[in-house]
Amino acid sequence: MHTRVPRIAPSEITPPEVYFSRRALLAGALAAGTSSLLRAAEAPPAQGAALSYTVNAQYSVKEAPNKYEEIAGYNNFYEFGTDKDSPSRNAQTLRTRPWSVNVYGEAEVRGTFDLEDLLKGVALEERTYRFRCVEAWSLVVPWVGFPLSTLLKRFKPTSGAKYVEFTTLYDPRQMPGQRVPVLHWPYVEGLRIDEAMHPLTLMVVGLYGRVLPNQDGAPLRLVVPWKYGFKGIKSIVKIGFTSVQPRTAWNVAAPDEYGFYANVNPQVDHPRWSQATERHIGAPFLAARRPTLPFNGYAEQVASLYRGMDLRRYF
Amino acid sequence: MTLTQRYRFIYKPLVFIACLAPLAWLICGALGWFGVSLGPDPVKELEHECGKTALNLLLLTLAVTPVRELTSQPQLLRLRRMLGLFVFFYVVLHFTIYLVLDLELNFATLGADIAKRPYITIGFTALLLLIPLAVTSTNGMMRRLGRRWQTLHRLVYLIAVLGVWHFYWQVKRDVREPLLYAGMLAILLGYRVVRARARRRAAAAPSTGAAPARPAAPVTSTSRVGPSLRPSESD
Repeated sequence: MHTRVPRIAPSEITPPEVYFSRRALLAGALAAGTSSLLRAAEAPPAQGAALSYTVNAQYSVKEAPNKYEEIAGYNNFYEFGTDKDSPSRNAQTLRTRPWSVNVYGEAEVRGTFDLEDLLKGVALEERTYRFRCVEAWSLVVPWVGFPLSTLLKRFKPTSGAKYVEFTTLYDPRQMPGQRVPVLHWPYVEGLRIDEAMHPLTLMVVGLYGRVLPNQDGAPLRLVVPWKYGFKGIKSIVKIGFTSVQPRTAWNVAAPDEYGFYANVNPQVDHPRWSQATERHIGAPFLAARRPTLPFNGYAEQVASLYRGMDLRRYF
Repeated sequence: MTLTQRYRFIYKPLVFIACLAPLAWLICGALGWFGVSLGPDPVKELEHECGKTALNLLLLTLAVTPVRELTSQPQLLRLRRMLGLFVFFYVVLHFTIYLVLDLELNFATLGADIAKRPYITIGFTALLLLIPLAVTSTNGMMRRLGRRWQTLHRLVYLIAVLGVWHFYWQVKRDVREPLLYAGMLAILLGYRVVRARARRRAAAAPSTGAAPARPAAPVTSTSRVGPSLRPSESD
């Protein structure tokens, strides 16, 4: 049983989209006016409504974060196209409010919740995490969010909950990339329950202190800093507690190339490329390639989750 | 102006400039000139654009023969060597960017990549196979090799297959673009298969008396390729 928190009357809130839809339109018009090849050298500033949050230095890396335009202009979000600049060009069609999240499975509290209600009273924090893509490039990102565990605990998972399954919105009108069967839509990701409850695992709603841009997975995305980026599912509409391992999108698409765990591991190469090193986006020419760290540098915090496991087999 | 002069003073310089345009664009992007930007990952952009330009030019090179035959413009052959050499140029550039800017001269990784990653193995093979073609592209080499020149230069078909395969294999998931290249290559190679078969049939049935529609192209093609590329030759 659960009780719905009363919704805020629409008149009481001014959704950021109201402000930013105009801006997005303008940006779209500008983008359409210039050739897709000729990208303006001047980068757009961080957009989105400002969030209030505290900085969590303890969970942040010391490295300098990437620029906003690198994080918001270089994305894999196939729901909006498969080029790195497709999401930033196409994601303005996504409507991020109203947004609801359906909770199902092995938990006492289930049902559909409005995102505003889920976020009410949640203390946001900024954490600067390393981000390592399975394609061997990396970023450092100042996310704004909250531990996934604080959200999951509210649903009171039962002892049957061994895994958490996440699903992205499926709506080809808002996500035109879903008209192309590049992956089996909707995108699904999952974590083992202990991974999901780990304090590093973050539910993200913002970037650089502001509401998350659509192309980075607004309004709600997952960030698991010790795993390859594709585990960080975007624009989440469903969270399920399951007893069986979720069938995750990339694992279904190419099981020999993308495992369920997808922990960053320089020792285990992708069948088609090496994972030993990575190129850091935004670094100057000839100074971008650096060694990839086990668990993306978070081994001290998370290696114990996998004690005794053959990480070559469970890649 | 004779046709030869038109090729020498107009068509060839135009094709030369057109072939350099992608390079000019990438240089502007790398240096940030004229507001051109290569985006957040300039190294990948340089690498991919050089590779794709090489493939585009390779398909264009392979399109010369069908186009000149179908449009009865045999002089088009005069542009083919330049196109082919630009393929080599962009492939070398593609490899150099990969080695210097992407791997940052990490030769251990280069060795491991060539040995262990199939798409790099086949790409590297294609690069190696292009070297003898570039070296024997001069008039002197054509004369010296005679008939063997064409046999050697048939390697370009294998190189094209390896090149498209290399593209297909390195794409993570969305294979639409490499499939488009594969389709175009299939058409260009398929044309040659159909043509060769038609000629064989024509050669096998000489008693019909009717002359082949395209007179004797197969038998004399070797002798025609060499001399007709010479800029000094008049029409």
